[in-house]
Amino acid sequence: MKKDFSQSLGFFGLFLCMAVTLLALGSIIYFITVRGFSVLSWDFLTKVPYSAMTKGGIAPVIVGTFYITFGSIIFALPLGLACAIYLCEYSPKSVVVNIIRISINNLAGVPSVVFGLFGLAVFVKFFGFGVSILSGSLTLGILALPMIISSAQEALLAVPQSIREASLSLGATKWETIKNIVLPTALPGILTGVILSIGRVAGETAPILFTAAAFYTRGYPKSIFSEVMALPYHIYALMTEGAHPDKQRAIAYGCSLVLLLLVLFISGLAIILRQRQRSSHG
Amino acid sequence: MDNKIKMQAKNVDFFYGKTQALKKVSLDVYSHKVTAMIGPSGCGKSTFIRLFNRMNELVPHTTLCGEIFLDDLEINNPLVDAVDIRRRVGMVFQKPNPFPKSIFENISYGLKVNGIKNKAFIEHKVEDSLKKAVIWDEVKNRLNDSALKLSGGQQQRLCIARCLAVETEVILFDEPCASLDPISTAKIEELILELKKEYSIVIVTHNMQQAARVSDCTGFFLLGELVEFGKTQDIFTAPKDKRTEAYITGRFG
Repeated sequence: MKKDFSQSLGFFGLFLCMAVTLLALGSIIYFITVRGFSVLSWDFLTKVPYSAMTKGGIAPVIVGTFYITFGSIIFALPLGLACAIYLCEYSPKSVVVNIIRISINNLAGVPSVVFGLFGLAVFVKFFGFGVSILSGSLTLGILALPMIISSAQEALLAVPQSIREASLSLGATKWETIKNIVLPTALPGILTGVILSIGRVAGETAPILFTAAAFYTRGYPKSIFSEVMALPYHIYALMTEGAHPDKQRAIAYGCSLVLLLLVLFISGLAIILRQRQRSSHG
Repeated sequence: MDNKIKMQAKNVDFFYGKTQALKKVSLDVYSHKVTAMIGPSGCGKSTFIRLFNRMNELVPHTTLCGEIFLDDLEINNPLVDAVDIRRRVGMVFQKPNPFPKSIFENISYGLKVNGIKNKAFIEHKVEDSLKKAVIWDEVKNRLNDSALKLSGGQQQRLCIARCLAVETEVILFDEPCASLDPISTAKIEELILELKKEYSIVIVTHNMQQAARVSDCTGFFLLGELVEFGKTQDIFTAPKDKRTEAYITGRFG
C-alpha cells in the first residue's frame, strides 16, 4: 500500500515536470501566434517591404533565410558526413583521434557570436566574400558542423558490426560496405542531425549579424555575393531600429511566427523523409 | 583420408592483445567434406574459423602467427588481398545478419560488388541461390519485402543463399543454428549435407549431435588447443584423448 502510494507520487511528479515543459512550449507558441497572427496574410508572405518596412510583406526575408539555411547545410552536410565516416570507419583508435573527437564536441559549445566574429574575419575579410549569402552560409555551416558530425557518428556507430561483417564476407571492399550498407542503414540517424541543425541554423542571429544580414535590401538577393535580409536578424532589427516602433513590433511578431512555422515545416519535411526511409528498410 | 586438401592451417597461434586464444593449431579441411569444430565456449573454435576468411583482421590488436593455405595460396601473404580471399571463402554467421534491404537485394548484393551487372543473370542467380538454400518457395512472391520481416530460420537460410550466390569454394558456418529452433536447425543441417557436393564446408557448433550428424571430420578444441582431429566416426566412438572422451560423454562443457 505504502509502495503504491510512493509510486503514484513519483509518477505524478514526472507528469508535473512534463506538464511544465509542455506549458512553456505551449505558451511560447500561443503568444507568438496571438501577437503575430494579425499581420499574417498572403501579401505579408509574398510581397516586398516598403514605406520603411511598415508596409508590404517580408518575402525577401523568407527567401534570404532559405538561402543561408540551405547554403549552410549544403556546405556542412558533405563535410560533416565525410568527417564522421573518417572518424568512425577509418581512423585508427588512438589518443589523437580521441582528442579530435572531444574538440569537435567542444566546438558545439562555442557561443554563436564567436562564430560570427570568426566568419567576419575569415570569410568576409580574408577571403573577401564580403557581407554576403556565401559568408553567412559558411559561417552557419561551421556552426552546424559539430552537430552534424556528432549525430552522424552516433548513427554510424549504431549500425551493427554484424552486417558490416556480412558485407565484407561477401567480398565487398571496405568502401563498398560503407557506401552500400552502412550509410543507408545510418541515414535516418544522420537525417535527424540534419533536422536539428536546420532548426538551429535557421534561427541563429549572431553568426549572420556581421557576415550576411542587412537591415534592408531592395528586393531579392541577386547572387550568393549579395547581402540578404534573414528572419532572425530582421526580427532583431525591427525591434531595435527604425522610426515606427509600434508598427514594427507587430511585424516582428509576424516574422517570429513565420520563422517558427518555417522551422516546423522544414523539420516536418525531414521527419517524413526519415519515416519513409525507415519503413522501406524496416 | 585420401581426399584433396582444400584449406590447411599450419601451426597457428593467435592473440587478442596479449591473451593467447589459439595455440599451435594445425588442421586440414578436405574438399567436398564437412569439417566440424566442437568444444566448450571460449575454446577458440570461432576465432579459428574466422581466420579462414581473414575476418579477425577487423578486430583491433590481434596477432597471428603460422600459416593458412587455400589450395596452394598462403592467405595472409601481404600480396594477397583479403577481399579476394573472401570472394572464395564465404561465411554464415552465428546470428542471422541480413541487410536491412529487400530479400532480392540481399542476394544480389554479393553479385553487384563482384562486378556483375547483367540483370537477367542476377535475377537467375537470385532465384537459383534461394532454391539451393531451400527458401525459394517461402519467399518467391515477396522478393521485394524487407528481409527483416522473415523469421529467424528463414533469415539464416537467406544468409546462406546470399553466400551461395557469390559462388565461393569454401563456406564457413559459425554456429549457424545457435539462435534457431529445432525445425529450422534440421532444415539447415539437411542443406549443409546437400551443399557439400559443391563446396568444402567448415562448421563450428556447440551441439555435438549436430557435429555427429553433418560432419565427416571433427576437431575438438579446448582452451585454444586442438586436442584431437580425425574422422567424425572415430572421434565420437573411439576418441584417443581422455579429454575428448570426457567432453563427448558430457562430463564437462
